[in-house]
Amino acid sequence: MTANLHPGLNLGESHGAAHPASENRVFGFWVFLMSDLITFGILFATYAASGTPMGLAGGPGPAQLFDLTSVALQTAFLLASSLTCGMASLSMKAHAGAGRIALWLLVTALLGGGFLMLELSDFASMLAQGAGPARSGWLSGFFALVGLHGLHITAGLLWIGVLLGLLAVQGLSDRVKTRLLLFALYWHFLDLVWIGIFSIVFLRGLA
Amino acid sequence: MSGLFGHLDWTVTPFAAAIADPGTNTFVAAGAAGLVVLGAVALLGFLTWFRLWGPLWRDWLTSADHKKIGVMYCVIGIVMLARGVAEGAVMRAHQAMALNGGPLSAEHFAELFSTHGTIMILFVAAPLVIGLINIVVPLQIGARDMAFPVMNQVSLGLTAAGAALLMISLVIGRFETGGWSAYPPYTGRVFSPGEGPDYWIWSVVPAGIGSMLSGINFAVTIYKCRAPGMTYMRMPLFTWTALCAAIMLVYAMPPVTVSSLMLALDRYAGFHFFTNDLGGNMMNYANIFWMFGHPEVYILVLPAYGVWSEVSATFSAKTLYGYPSLVIATMAIAVIAFTVWLHHFFTMGQSASVNIAFGIATMIIAVPTGVKVYDWMATLWRGRIRMTVPMVYLTGFFILFVIGGLTGVILANPTIDYQVHNTLFLVAHFHNVLIPGVLFAMLAGIHYWFPKVFGFRLHETWGKRAAWLWIVGFCVTFLPLYALGLMGMPRRSSSFADPAFVPLQLVAGAGAVIILLALAATLVCYGVSIRQRGTLAVPFGDPWDGRTLEWAMPAPAPEWNFAVIPAVAARDAFWAEKTGGDPYVAPERYEDIELPRPTALGLVICVATTAAGFALTWHIWWLALSGLVGIGLAVMVRAFATQTTRVLPAAEVAVHHGRWLEAVHTARGITRDAEDSPANRGLAAPDTEVTP
Amino acid sequence: MRRLAVVLLVVLAAHPALAQGFLTPEGPVAAAQREHLIRVTMVTMIAVLPVLIGVPLILWRYRRGGRGAYRPGFDFSAPLEIAMWGVPAAIIVLLGTWLWQSTEALDPYEPLGTDPLQVQVIGLNWKWLFLYPDQGIASIGTLAIPAGRPVRLQLTTDTVMQSFMVPALAGQIYAMPGMVSDLNLMASRVGTLTGANTQFNGTGFAGQQVDVQVMTPDDWTAWVQGGTTAPSLDAARYARLGVAGTTAQALQALSLPDSRMHLTAPGLFASVVARYHDGAPLADRDQPGAPGFQPESTP
Repeated sequence: MTANLHPGLNLGESHGAAHPASENRVFGFWVFLMSDLITFGILFATYAASGTPMGLAGGPGPAQLFDLTSVALQTAFLLASSLTCGMASLSMKAHAGAGRIALWLLVTALLGGGFLMLELSDFASMLAQGAGPARSGWLSGFFALVGLHGLHITAGLLWIGVLLGLLAVQGLSDRVKTRLLLFALYWHFLDLVWIGIFSIVFLRGLA
Repeated sequence: MSGLFGHLDWTVTPFAAAIADPGTNTFVAAGAAGLVVLGAVALLGFLTWFRLWGPLWRDWLTSADHKKIGVMYCVIGIVMLARGVAEGAVMRAHQAMALNGGPLSAEHFAELFSTHGTIMILFVAAPLVIGLINIVVPLQIGARDMAFPVMNQVSLGLTAAGAALLMISLVIGRFETGGWSAYPPYTGRVFSPGEGPDYWIWSVVPAGIGSMLSGINFAVTIYKCRAPGMTYMRMPLFTWTALCAAIMLVYAMPPVTVSSLMLALDRYAGFHFFTNDLGGNMMNYANIFWMFGHPEVYILVLPAYGVWSEVSATFSAKTLYGYPSLVIATMAIAVIAFTVWLHHFFTMGQSASVNIAFGIATMIIAVPTGVKVYDWMATLWRGRIRMTVPMVYLTGFFILFVIGGLTGVILANPTIDYQVHNTLFLVAHFHNVLIPGVLFAMLAGIHYWFPKVFGFRLHETWGKRAAWLWIVGFCVTFLPLYALGLMGMPRRSSSFADPAFVPLQLVAGAGAVIILLALAATLVCYGVSIRQRGTLAVPFGDPWDGRTLEWAMPAPAPEWNFAVIPAVAARDAFWAEKTGGDPYVAPERYEDIELPRPTALGLVICVATTAAGFALTWHIWWLALSGLVGIGLAVMVRAFATQTTRVLPAAEVAVHHGRWLEAVHTARGITRDAEDSPANRGLAAPDTEVTP
Repeated sequence: MRRLAVVLLVVLAAHPALAQGFLTPEGPVAAAQREHLIRVTMVTMIAVLPVLIGVPLILWRYRRGGRGAYRPGFDFSAPLEIAMWGVPAAIIVLLGTWLWQSTEALDPYEPLGTDPLQVQVIGLNWKWLFLYPDQGIASIGTLAIPAGRPVRLQLTTDTVMQSFMVPALAGQIYAMPGMVSDLNLMASRVGTLTGANTQFNGTGFAGQQVDVQVMTPDDWTAWVQGGTTAPSLDAARYARLGVAGTTAQALQALSLPDSRMHLTAPGLFASVVARYHDGAPLADRDQPGAPGFQPESTP
């Protein structure tokens, strides 16, 4: 049974040796994501614990600061990018060629970049209102949590750059296939974290 | 003040302070700094004089071999141990004279207890444990290397960067003064505006990330790289404890990375996580830090338990008693360890019911721990015990660790903790579990596995001298601290006013001298053994009549570990082969072996991380940015590498292995009576005492 | 065991010092804590003694060349397993029950009787300030209490985190800026005791001790009376106390004859707690205990 060596997208028989070779890496990356989830979990907890009058410290709160239109747009961008990232994976599984994969990755990067732009403009407008991380414990928690997610997205964009370079230089080698699998895991993971942020930070904040 | 060199100038060195304000205090600081500088210069000179740069680069710094990485971890651990012990001795000497004063300044004393704690936990105990796991686990499970050999190198590089920054702090500037746990708001910008807490942060963060990566590596290796037939319930106990420690590393390291970075955000960017004003809350820090801090203790002590399991079975020539119990107890401890962090601050003023829940959870850990101790006793029972060096350490562990366990149960009671928390009783307790529990096990483990890595045994007599000195030194130093704690003396006191503390302080000070001798004897043991490596050589690889797979190969173990991956049929795999037939049979055929190629990635990341950490500490922004970009670039460039492995032809393996087998077959094994004699070349003969 | 005995002997030899520890309690809480310590130690010995006695015996009897039976395959015994898991578990059940009872009974938030004396405690670098709101006095570095009367301390700090402890009376509790914690204690006898801060808070930490004077009710009333005629603790004097320094330095700086001051602002404690919640950033020069603190800038 080489078909289900690890959870997640399986390349299966069609990719021969690439599949068993990727087993350790994909499994290890899952373990890393579990660890990263703890990191996010602590920041979620810190954020949740600071949503008190003491944490707000007389500063602005969710109602004054959150722009739900922008957040909805960001969410749409990120969910769409998850879809396009999935398309890149499926293209690989279906042997659609490096060009097709690169195209989907590029679209993913554009959507991710759009998300980041919107997020940064939200941050900028908060800073302009004097609601930076130095204003209150609650805002510190907000910027750390949402900012860390943004940093992860930025790292993901750099990763897409590396993947595009690899596809150009090395083509669709077994190593590159494994890296594509890992990237897909990472990107979907960030999507999940964002859903947590969307629900706990934004929706609950405005509820 | 933030030009090219940030906040740096000549006045931050202890040498400048010693010139400006000569005295015992500044001379001690300048002397320590001088030792670091002299040590570094001597090392560079040594390497140059003996033309060792090439071999160092080729065989060590760029190697991705798990055994070499493990050895480098252990070297970091031993070097930092020397510094940590020296600091401990200076502190004990100071406190012995600290009635209404003492030779050192209060600030210097505070730096000492802060670096001592940080070093001993993160840069002595952790590297020794991780190093030993690195060396032993692939050999025990029949693997060629770690699952991710290059990431292993990166882990080492990150840990080394943290250690390097700690050493630099001795020469340039001052370290943090709020203890190894660095509680804000004291360590925040308002109360500690200097570079001290920044040194602490940038030492801890890379070490935390490195340990987390190690955890992933170990976990994947043990889950995915076991030899055929090596089922979970056949794994040697050390591997079991390594697995549990690995899982704990994965989950327990993020909290300390996060809490340190949050403290950094408070200090550098004006965030309000732990500040006094604007909604900061220092209680969050205590919670997050100990969510790491408590599991960390078990990350260190579980592999130590693993060492005791191996040592007790081997040196009593007997099957390990209660294997399933030991496995269950290990897993139980690993899980419960995550539920007890609050007992580090029973006195923070939360409600009684919270304290009760965490107090009982803490006590529950004593049950599986007790079971383990009894299991090792039952292993010795009805055995044929040989009092080798590891067994001396085990004896010390048995007697002393249960005292630490007793005081642990005492401390688990919030009622009593209110009295002895933050006193020398607490200091005595954690030294009582960490020295006999972890340090003894690591020294025993090094003695036990040293021949497997280097091909020769360590000197038994010097080893025993060191072991007894450690045991006696521990007792004389730390048992009096229990009494001082019950008498109400707070920890971290640079002076005291009650003359009644003096006698016990003097005893503890004398104990510190014994511990210094123990350290010296340990180093002498290593030195003497290297000089006598010819007579101590054990090329056949089985000096202790071992039971597990790592003893079934030559010593030193070849880079590829196993000529052919063994098929495992029993729990004590090698022992089963020895008693059931001939363990030294040539395989039917050899295959090509794929090995990781050397790479400088770990070293590059180490240098870049050290530079970035140093630059952040001193606000040298261009260098900090360069370091961080350097790390990113190194990782990205590495992604483009295609030739990451090399192939060792089967013929070469066949020649190497065949030559060893031939030598084994012409040699005569020894009985255990000759274990500590030059006749012990690492081939065990069936023992008259052992065979019924 | 011998080592333990030696330690015990040493402890006994140093006996006079125990007068400051909870092993020679001067109040009901510390006495109960000592009682609990002894109980726990005794019961835990059931699990500890087999190791202390058994290990040397096993090492001797089953040494190589010794006469003990050799059973290299011995790796399981059901009765032994039951004892190994059962006895520690039973001990923990017992200890856990005691833990539960004692933690509830000795909860530092629980008053020790009716009409406790109210004392507010403010931790400063590196001294303790005691406020007696009902009596209208304050005291620096000296806590005077009447024997036999319950005392309720409410604690906070106006600097970093600290931990207040008078071992002979009761255990410690953390004091944190912007927060209030409680500690109830009582002294049985007249005497002089020592208290301390046990949480490191800077270079003056080791000297941050408290002179605890347990007096007869009459003496105490007289002591309080003397305080009402002392110089008053106004804003400027309080600010001066915020400068990092020892109790003695503070008394000298304020040119006080003894530890007592007249407390004119009964809301001082509440205002110290509230200063960290007013929604405005606290400048370094306004933060008592910080290196950048400037007392004259405080309004």
